[in-house]
Amino acid sequence: MPRRITLSLLLLFAAVVIQAPARADQTADQLTGLTAKSFNAKIAAVETLAASGDARVVAPLTALLEGRLHIRKADGAIVIVKTRNGEDFFFDPLTGAPLGEAKPRSSNKIRLNNRLRGVLHGALGALTLFSPEVAQRLTAAQAMFKSAGAESLLPLAKAYLQETDASVRAALARTLAAVRLRHGSDEEKLLAAKMLADFPDRDVRDLLANTAQTAQGELLAAVARTSKGIERRLSFFNILQYLFQGLSLGSVLLLAAIGLAITFGVMGVINMAHGEMVMLGAYTTHVAQVIFHGYFPGAYTQSLLLAIPCAFLVTGLFGILLERSVIRFLYGRPLETLLATWGLSLILQQFVRSVFGPTNREVIAPSWMSGSIEITGGLALTNNRICIIVFAILVFLVLTLLIRYTDFGLRMRAVTQNRAMADAVGIRSSWVDAMTFGLGSGVAGLAGVALSQIDNVSPNLGQGYIIDSFLVVVFGGVGNLWGTLVAALTLGLGNKFLEPYAGAVLGKILILVLVILFIQKRPRGLFALKGRAAES
Amino acid sequence: MISRRNALNTLAAATLAVSVGVSALSAQAAEDTIKVGVLHSLSGTMAISETTLKDSVLMMIDKLNKDGGLLGKKVEAVVVDPASNWPLFAEKARELIQVNKVDVVFGCWTSVSRKSVLPVFEELNGMLFYPVQYEGEESSRNVFYTGAAPNQQAIPAVEYLMSADGGGAKRFILLGTDYVYPRTTNKILRAFLHNKGVTDANIMEAYTPFGHSDWQTIVTSVKKFASAGVKTAVVSTINGDANVPFYKELANQGIKAEDIPVIAFSVGEEELAGLDTKPLVGHLAAWNYFMSVDAPENATFIKGWHAFIGDGKRVTNDPMEATYIGFKMWTQAVKQAGTTNVDAVRQAMYGQKVKNLTGGMAVMNTNHHLSKPVLIGEIQADGQFDVVWRTEGEVVGDAWSDFIPESAALTADWTYPWICGNCKKPTFTN
Repeated sequence: MPRRITLSLLLLFAAVVIQAPARADQTADQLTGLTAKSFNAKIAAVETLAASGDARVVAPLTALLEGRLHIRKADGAIVIVKTRNGEDFFFDPLTGAPLGEAKPRSSNKIRLNNRLRGVLHGALGALTLFSPEVAQRLTAAQAMFKSAGAESLLPLAKAYLQETDASVRAALARTLAAVRLRHGSDEEKLLAAKMLADFPDRDVRDLLANTAQTAQGELLAAVARTSKGIERRLSFFNILQYLFQGLSLGSVLLLAAIGLAITFGVMGVINMAHGEMVMLGAYTTHVAQVIFHGYFPGAYTQSLLLAIPCAFLVTGLFGILLERSVIRFLYGRPLETLLATWGLSLILQQFVRSVFGPTNREVIAPSWMSGSIEITGGLALTNNRICIIVFAILVFLVLTLLIRYTDFGLRMRAVTQNRAMADAVGIRSSWVDAMTFGLGSGVAGLAGVALSQIDNVSPNLGQGYIIDSFLVVVFGGVGNLWGTLVAALTLGLGNKFLEPYAGAVLGKILILVLVILFIQKRPRGLFALKGRAAES
Repeated sequence: MISRRNALNTLAAATLAVSVGVSALSAQAAEDTIKVGVLHSLSGTMAISETTLKDSVLMMIDKLNKDGGLLGKKVEAVVVDPASNWPLFAEKARELIQVNKVDVVFGCWTSVSRKSVLPVFEELNGMLFYPVQYEGEESSRNVFYTGAAPNQQAIPAVEYLMSADGGGAKRFILLGTDYVYPRTTNKILRAFLHNKGVTDANIMEAYTPFGHSDWQTIVTSVKKFASAGVKTAVVSTINGDANVPFYKELANQGIKAEDIPVIAFSVGEEELAGLDTKPLVGHLAAWNYFMSVDAPENATFIKGWHAFIGDGKRVTNDPMEATYIGFKMWTQAVKQAGTTNVDAVRQAMYGQKVKNLTGGMAVMNTNHHLSKPVLIGEIQADGQFDVVWRTEGEVVGDAWSDFIPESAALTADWTYPWICGNCKKPTFTN
């Protein structure tokens, strides 16, 4: 994308450049300032380049920001490195003319630090303020909020008057107010302090707090007033944010626990290897991605979608295998089941560690799953969490429908409620047991797909969720999916509203204590099964 | 529920570890070999980090044997697996020294495992090389600390953040996993920040359990704390598995390094594997070594590592360099002493010099800590670090921090004859 923009910019300003050949040389000279050793000198060079107003400097500055501006070892020339079909090529920084293939280690990257990065963002913002592309103008307007100086006032005002796009206009107004608050006359400062009340976000709050440190009299009062208003709005957004985070944690807990709600809740098997099913699901996602990318590089969305059925099948089949080979011999002996499945979980962990190594494996998220949606300035919902909430709800719905309306679901419920009677009417209860365990394991595999997006894909992945999963199932009431849903959301929300006050460690302890107290009062959890089925 | 789980954990881990230990024992124990104990977790939570160090020691022993061994003998590794289980570390250490009669032990990662084996090494007069950066406030006659002390990592890192190039931070958020290393480091940092005129109102401290995976609340509160009109930076002592979800949340909530830089003390190349680092470019780490450092020794080391492990994509990291330096120093000291006797080798260790992998010289000081350079690196899109700042020359490791009043007056000196005779505590002079 930067290259396309650069090209269009080049066309736009070609006339200017042709008229001023002398200035072109000057820009090339100024460019060599970027090769300086000290960061101070590099910053000075960037500032000179930006002040030149020469539109061609956008390309090298963008490349510098992205770490693609190199010094060629052979002649010390500044070049832009671009990758085409897996091979690197050099390009001229100003004209964009190709300079041939880049051999490995034939150039050194020009290093930058955070201070230089900040200066670059600001400089590029000023240079691309009048770009024909809306997205770039928006980035420019936002980038200039932090760093723009008094000299930017005029171009910003001009850009604001010309602007047709509403979102860019708003961003420009915000930046303009910020620059006026920093560098304007006393009246402008006062006006800006009032105007900023329309933009209740953390950066504006930061700016106002900074201004308040030096402001006096009327301005200080105006700043304080605006700050207070923003603070009020932000604390309201904060509650929404906690709500979202609680829902998100709840949906993660739901995903992790719902498989257990079937194996433990419905079948009564204390399955300590449940966490490892989740882990296997996450590794399946990794393997699916690696294999899929061998054929279709870059197709992250498809590989993740493909991983969903894969993980379900792999862990589901593994669950059936487990049930047939180990667990069916242990029905009705909870203590032995506990020990056997715990041992199994250790074997699985070490097995995965031997096969994939002890280090984390990478599952690349599709681009639409990273970043966040900014609802308003102070409220941002992260995309991967939204996806997981939706995914958890879908899994829950499908599972409920499956148990409620399908033939298999009917058999499953029959076996759970009265095994002898189910046997008597001709249901193969051992087959149903295996399938049910497979279903529970498969759902755990689905949880693994989701967790690979937010957690480590490591052999220890499952361990972190096993206790929480049992907590959710026991709290919700054994043998009840709706109970699991309510329990997961309650624990998620409770945890997130406690955490800001109690801290992560104490918050977790408090939740545990509350659940223990609750279980003392109602040993069968939130939604206890009633009737004869509950007694068996 | 918890205690049952722990009991089971211990039991199962012990069984597993015993089986691994036995298989290591079966390696032939001929009389004319020098035995090196390797005490790193190969299973459990810490396996992710410690397995690499086990491989590093094996690589160095392999190379030493190819070069003709030590004192005319073959060197043999005795590998045991303490399975990330702290009490088991002590048992395994005892087994290594008493049963396997090893001459030296390379091992431990977490401070709690080191504290667990410390009494064993002091009681049996063993020798341990500890290769990980730690919180200091310790100096044992039987341990050589080849990782960084706080003054070789934490303090320079914060000084960098306060400098113009680091952004001139005046407000700090100290995030850590809830155990001894982060708590002690943050105690030292708080004292240091007070010294620099940063008030308590401008310091936020938060701890999370091991393996914490839901960072939403903390990252939100970081954003909130950072919008007070003062440049804010995060100092992270988050350990192990919790880092990946933390950085994922940072990236997703859009915290940019230019706005709120995060400097980490426990995140290296190994931890960044399995993470998309593009949104994290610019966040920092402070170490004494980075894989990206351009030095001939480093190039040789990386080449050797890739050949030994059979995977050209494996990364190297700081604790590996510390293991490398420790092992080389020990072999030099053994050659100089002409024996593997612990007391003789210890005396030969002082002043021992080894070229480190970043183009400088590591020296063993009489407080059992190394002289090391301090490097600040920025995370790059390819999962490597770019060095943006480094100390001029090496910094001498300080066992007892100058910023904690109780230990400011203490210095450790283990040169012979130490003042209190056969003491179990360091000699203090002030």
